[in-house]
Amino acid sequence: MSAVIEGHHDDHHHGPAKGITRWLFTTNHKDIGSLYLWFSFIMLFIGGAMAMVIRAELFEPGSQIVSPEFYNQMVTNHGLIMVFGVIMPAFVGFANWLVPMQIGAPDMALPRLNNLSFWILPAAFGVLISTFFMEGGAPNFGWTFYAPLSTEYAPPTVTYFIFAVHIMGASSIMGSINVITTILNMRAPGMTLMKMPLFVWTWLITAYLLIAVMPVLAGAVTMMLMDIHFGTSFFKAGGGGDPVLFQHVFWFFGHPEVYIMILPAFGIVSHIIETFSRKPIFGYDSMVYAIASIALLSFVVWAHHMFTVGMPIAGELFFMYSTMLIAIPTGVKVFNWLSTMFKGSLTFETPMLFAIAFVALFTIGGLSGIMLAIAPADFQYHDTYFVVAHFHYVLVPGALFSIIAGAYYWLPKWTGYMYDEFLGKTHFWLSFISVNLTFFPMHFVGLAGMPRRIPDYAMQFADYNMIVSVGAFLFGLSQLLFLYVVLKAIFYGKKATGQVWEGAQGLEWTLDSPPAYHTFETPPNLEAGEAKG
Amino acid sequence: MYLKKLILCLAALFLAPLSFSAWDDINMTPGANAIAQEIFGLHMTIFWICVAIGTLVLGFMVFLIIKYRKKEGVAPADFDDNPKLELTWTILFAVILVGMAIPATTTMIKAYDDEEGDINILITGHQWKWQYEYMEDEVSFFSNLLTSLDARNNIAPKTETYLLEVDEPLVIPVNKRVRFLITANDVIHSWWVPDFAVKQDAIPGFINTAWTYIDEPGVYRGQCTELCGVYHGYMPIVVKAVSDSEYKDFIQEKRDLKIQQALLTEKLWETDELVSIGEEVYLKNCVACHQVNGAGIPPVFPALAGSEIVMNDKRRQVEILMEGVQGAAMQSYAEQLSEVEIAAVITYTRQAWGNDAMGDGEIVAPKEILDYKNNKL
Repeated sequence: MSAVIEGHHDDHHHGPAKGITRWLFTTNHKDIGSLYLWFSFIMLFIGGAMAMVIRAELFEPGSQIVSPEFYNQMVTNHGLIMVFGVIMPAFVGFANWLVPMQIGAPDMALPRLNNLSFWILPAAFGVLISTFFMEGGAPNFGWTFYAPLSTEYAPPTVTYFIFAVHIMGASSIMGSINVITTILNMRAPGMTLMKMPLFVWTWLITAYLLIAVMPVLAGAVTMMLMDIHFGTSFFKAGGGGDPVLFQHVFWFFGHPEVYIMILPAFGIVSHIIETFSRKPIFGYDSMVYAIASIALLSFVVWAHHMFTVGMPIAGELFFMYSTMLIAIPTGVKVFNWLSTMFKGSLTFETPMLFAIAFVALFTIGGLSGIMLAIAPADFQYHDTYFVVAHFHYVLVPGALFSIIAGAYYWLPKWTGYMYDEFLGKTHFWLSFISVNLTFFPMHFVGLAGMPRRIPDYAMQFADYNMIVSVGAFLFGLSQLLFLYVVLKAIFYGKKATGQVWEGAQGLEWTLDSPPAYHTFETPPNLEAGEAKG
Repeated sequence: MYLKKLILCLAALFLAPLSFSAWDDINMTPGANAIAQEIFGLHMTIFWICVAIGTLVLGFMVFLIIKYRKKEGVAPADFDDNPKLELTWTILFAVILVGMAIPATTTMIKAYDDEEGDINILITGHQWKWQYEYMEDEVSFFSNLLTSLDARNNIAPKTETYLLEVDEPLVIPVNKRVRFLITANDVIHSWWVPDFAVKQDAIPGFINTAWTYIDEPGVYRGQCTELCGVYHGYMPIVVKAVSDSEYKDFIQEKRDLKIQQALLTEKLWETDELVSIGEEVYLKNCVACHQVNGAGIPPVFPALAGSEIVMNDKRRQVEILMEGVQGAAMQSYAEQLSEVEIAAVITYTRQAWGNDAMGDGEIVAPKEILDYKNNKL
C-alpha cells in the first residue's frame, strides 16, 4: 500500500478520477473489469428472476401465474440475458482484470476501445429489456430465434431485438480484438506463449472464436431484418427461401458460442485447482492442445443441434462422429485436473469447493453430451428437458460455478479484503445442493418425454417439476447470499495480504492487494524464471 | 453431525420419488415397434457406459479429496506431466468412443429409411393443431387439443390424459408399413411420438419423411417439440393403432361424413341452429386467441366483440376466415372446417357479445360459403 501513497505524491493524475466520471470515461483495465463484473452480477439477478417466474409457472400442472405468451417471453429473455448478459460479460470482466496482471502488462492494448466495448453493453440490454414495455411484448421465440417464428410470425419488437444483438456482437468483437492484441504484444519479456498462464491461453483462443462467429450471428440477424422489413426471402419458404438455412447459420455461430462460454472457465478452474493442491497444473501442454482442439472442433459440429431437421444420413453420421470427438480433449482436461489433485496437499477454501464441484458436475454435463451426440438416440432426446438438463449442467454448475469460484479466488486481490470464509462455504453448500435439486430431475422428465419450452405439462411430470421448482427457488435465494458475502467483504472484510493464498503462483500475486491503480508500468523480467500459472 | 443429517435428508429427497414412481416416469419409453426398441437399447447401452465412467471419475475424485487433504509434515509432490500416461488415456477415450459409434451407426442406418409405405399420410403442422391427410384415400382432417380451458385454468379437474388428448386422433392400421410425410403451413413444428421413436421437424417448404410399423393395437401419445408460438404446449398428438378392418371402417366413415356435409350445405338453416353450432365451433377453434368473451388479447389477437368487421362487414369476415390474414396468426379455415361450420361460427360471432345489437346482425348461410369457394375456384 505504501507504494500507492508514494505514487500519489509523485504523480497526481495517475489515480482514478472522482465521482461518476471515473466510471464513464475510465480507460483503466481494472475499473472496466469491475464494471463488466458488476454488470454481469446485476444481469444475473434479472435473468434469474425470469427463471423464477418460469419455475413458478411450472410448479404444478395447469396455468399458475403468467399467460403462455408471457411465459415464452420469459424463456426467451432468460436465455438471452444469461448467455449474452451474464456469462460472457463476466468472463470479459475477468479478462480485463487478469490478463494484464498475469502477463505483466500495464493495461489492455486498446484502452479507449475497452471503454466503448463495455459501455455499449448496457445500451444493448436497455434496448432488449425495453421491449417488455412495448406494444406486442418482448421477443417470444426462444433464445435460438428460429425463423420463420422470429421473422414472419414475430412480434413487432423483433427489430429492437435485432438491434440489441448487433450491439452485443460489436461489443464482443471489440473486446476480443483488445484481448488478442494485448496478449500477443504486451507479454513481459521472457513469457513465451507456452509459458502463459492457462487463463490467458483460454482467453486468447476464446477471443479468436468470438471474432470468427460474432459476424456470422450479425449476418443471421441482418438477414432476418431484411426478411422482415425489406421484402427479401432468405428464410421465407413462400418466397423461395429456406427456413433450415437459418438454423445452419445460427448454429455455426451457436456452437462455438457454447465453447466461448466454457473455455475461460477451464482457465479459471485450472488456476484454482493448482493453488489449493499446492502443486503445478498437470499436463500444461496437453491442456493447451486440448483447448485448441476443442475450439477447432467447435466449427464442425454445429448440425448436432439439428438431427431432426431431415438431413441426409451422411450429414447425420458426420456430425455424430465429429461431436463424439470433442469428448477426447474434454476428457483429457478432466483427467489433468484430477491428476493435479493427485498427491497434492489439498485444502478446501470456497474457491476450491466451487472448482471441485465444477469438475464433478461439468463431467455429468459432458457425459449427457455424449448421449446427445448419438444421433438415433437424439431423436428421442432432442428438444426435451434432457437437453435442458444437459446444457444447464454445463452452464450453471459449469460456467457459472467457475465464475463464482474465480470471484472468491481473486476477490481479495481485487478489493484488498478477505471474504467471510464461513459464509462463502455456506453459499457453496446451498448452491451445490440446490443446483443438483434443480437440474438433476430434469434428466428424468426429459427422458420420460417432457418437451422443453412448454408453459404447462401432462400429469406424469408433476412430481419432478415440483422438486425442480423448489430447487430453483433455493438456488435463486442462495445467490442473494453471494451478493451479501461480496458486499460484506468490500465493506467489512479483513485486510488481505498480497499473496492471499498459500499456494498461489503467477504474476498477479506478486502485486499488493488491492493492486495499485496502475501496475507493471515497467514489465517484470521473466527471462530467468518460470511464469507458468 | 449436522452434515450427516443433511446428507441423509437429501438422499431421501432424491431417492424417495424413485421408490414409488415407475421406471417409465424417469426413463425413455422402450417403444412400441422394433426400431424404437432398438433405439431404446442403444440409449441404455450408452447410458450405462456413461454411468460407469461417471462413477469412476467421481469416485476417484472423492478418493483424492479424502486421501490428499493437507496434513502436517506431508509435502505435495511436484510432478507436472506424464506423457505416456496422457497418451494412454487419450487412446482409451478414442477406443470407448469407437465402441459407442459402431452400434449408433447401425441403428442410424436402420432408422433412416424413406421407402414408400403401404399407407402414406401427409402430416401438416399448423399453429396449433395437426392436419392428417390419408393420401391414398383422399381423407383429411384436423386434430385439436381436447383438454378444456377450465381444466387448464384449474377450474375443472385434470384427467390422466391432461394436455395429451385430441378430438380426432390419427388412426393407423397395425401390421402395415405407415410412412409419414411431414411438413408445416406456418412456422416450424416437430411431430414426436416417443413410442415410435419418430421425431421429425415439420418445416414450411420441406417434406420430411418418417415411418412406423406397429404390431399391437393401442393408443400412443406425443407432443409438438419445436417452439411454434404461444400455444406450442397445447398441440398434442394421439395415434390410434387399430386392426385392418377397423381401419377400413374408419376411412369409410370419414368418406360418408364428407358426403353428408355436402348435403347439409344445401339445407335451409335457422339462425338459432347456426348460432348453437357456431358456439361449439368457436369454443373449439377460436377461444385460444379470441377468448371466450370475444375480447381477444390485443394487440396480437384482436377483439371480435365490438369489431367493425364482425358487426358490419360480412364480406370481409368471410374472406378472413377463408384466406387467413397475411403476417398474423390468423390462418385460413377453408380446409379445416366444413361450410356449415364456417357459416355457423361467423353467424355466432355476429350475434354474440351484443354484436347483433350494435351491428347489422346479418347471418351467413352455408350456401354463401360454398359460393365463395366456387367463385374463387
